[in-house]
Amino acid sequence: MSQDNPAAQTGTSRVKRGMAEMLKGGVIMDVIDAEQARIAEDAGAVAVMALERVPADIRKDGGVARMSDPDMIDGIIAAVSIPVMAKARIGHIVEAKVLQALGVDYIDESEVLTPADESHHITKSDFIVPFVCGATNLGEALRRINEGAAMIRSKGEAGTGNVVEAVRHIRTIKGEIARLRNLPKEELFSEAKNLQAPYELVAEVAATGQLPVVLFTAGGIATPADAALMMELGADGVFVGSGIFKSGDPVKRAKAIVDATTNWDNPDVVGKVSRGLGEAMVGINIDTLPASERYAGRGW
Amino acid sequence: MVTKTKTVGVLALQGDVREHAKMLSDLGVAVTLVKKATDLSSLDGLVIPGGESTTISMLINRANLMQPLRDFIKAEKAVYGSCAGMILLSDQLLDGRTDQETIGGIDITVRRNAFGRQVDSFEKEIDLGPIGISKFMAVFIRAPLVEKVGGQVEIIAALPNTAQDSRIVMVQQGNLLATSFHPELTGDNRIHKYFVSLL
Repeated sequence: MSQDNPAAQTGTSRVKRGMAEMLKGGVIMDVIDAEQARIAEDAGAVAVMALERVPADIRKDGGVARMSDPDMIDGIIAAVSIPVMAKARIGHIVEAKVLQALGVDYIDESEVLTPADESHHITKSDFIVPFVCGATNLGEALRRINEGAAMIRSKGEAGTGNVVEAVRHIRTIKGEIARLRNLPKEELFSEAKNLQAPYELVAEVAATGQLPVVLFTAGGIATPADAALMMELGADGVFVGSGIFKSGDPVKRAKAIVDATTNWDNPDVVGKVSRGLGEAMVGINIDTLPASERYAGRGW
Repeated sequence: MVTKTKTVGVLALQGDVREHAKMLSDLGVAVTLVKKATDLSSLDGLVIPGGESTTISMLINRANLMQPLRDFIKAEKAVYGSCAGMILLSDQLLDGRTDQETIGGIDITVRRNAFGRQVDSFEKEIDLGPIGISKFMAVFIRAPLVEKVGGQVEIIAALPNTAQDSRIVMVQQGNLLATSFHPELTGDNRIHKYFVSLL
């Protein structure tokens, strides 16, 4: 490409953020092998997230969760034609470089894996491949965007099958954006300090009423109605992790969650696709999770 | 002189629907989001946005929209597709899913993801000579390319090439327009303005 087309620029902010724009209204599914990836693509997923264990199993097995085996990622890339994302540990610059070299389409610097750095995230603007990062509130989202994230997902609490944290986080981010929009200009400076985010990004959000990047949601979505709820609350799309492949009938549930995301504003459709799905994944009550086992608190 | 406001639909099953809708409404066009067949009635034109073409193709079938969309094109309404929209308007598709259906309408053969993966996505200024637009910032994201065109198809833009392949990135056939790039991601509405002139 570069020899015969010298003025073409790769890795620009528009190209990275634009990739996320193309995923809007869609479902991104966690998969652990080529067969699951094909099920996801057949169901209408807009992308798959390649990882070694779904969050529910990471919780169960314990230990350190790391970037997936490159062979496994290659297998998934070969199996489907839709975009393939993969997770790197927070702050693990080299895992991210390896994933970029493997040709993944998006990197998730993810709290679901065990953090590699407890103070610093990856400088994502240094990469050609775009990054998505989790956030529980607006300040965290803007810090990640300042580091170069081209897409944000609200964190929720992965691997629980419980949507309550996903709702809390998207409501928090949306609420904080609405509040910024109504603040007098002179108050934006101290608000930037409160949010621990750069003033320029705070002022931009206040002016436009939205994040400068696409906002998906994740962490605990297990049913078609859960996915539709997240769209109702203003998410641009959803990530579904353990919710599909830890359920009784993944093929049917995957398709149902895609249909509910497209038709979130039509309860007749959401109701119809919710029938006969078999068992949903067993959920975990967040109140019973010790603080050390909550992933949403990882990342700073 | 009073002219009736034109109404354009944006296929709203998945993808960057909002960006197209905003460009169109900024041009003074009324915009309808299309999710089912009845949404197509009384439209003067339609935009098929960027997105994941395999997903959009499945969702068109699940919404029973495939035949109504083909009828809409047969009625010679103006239709514009960007990226996934170009794929969906092509008569022949390469590197799609084996079961991937297109709406068709433009006599072209399109290769999906023709430039490679996301790390190969790029932006580049190009000229659209035949429609009098120069220096247009074209944003290519996992973009398709037109590999063959039929006799009725006008080539509006191609990337400079040294090899034999033609790298066609914008075509028009009658009232049907397609780009393999995303004008809706730039602030530049000249292509949308041209499309509105076809209504």
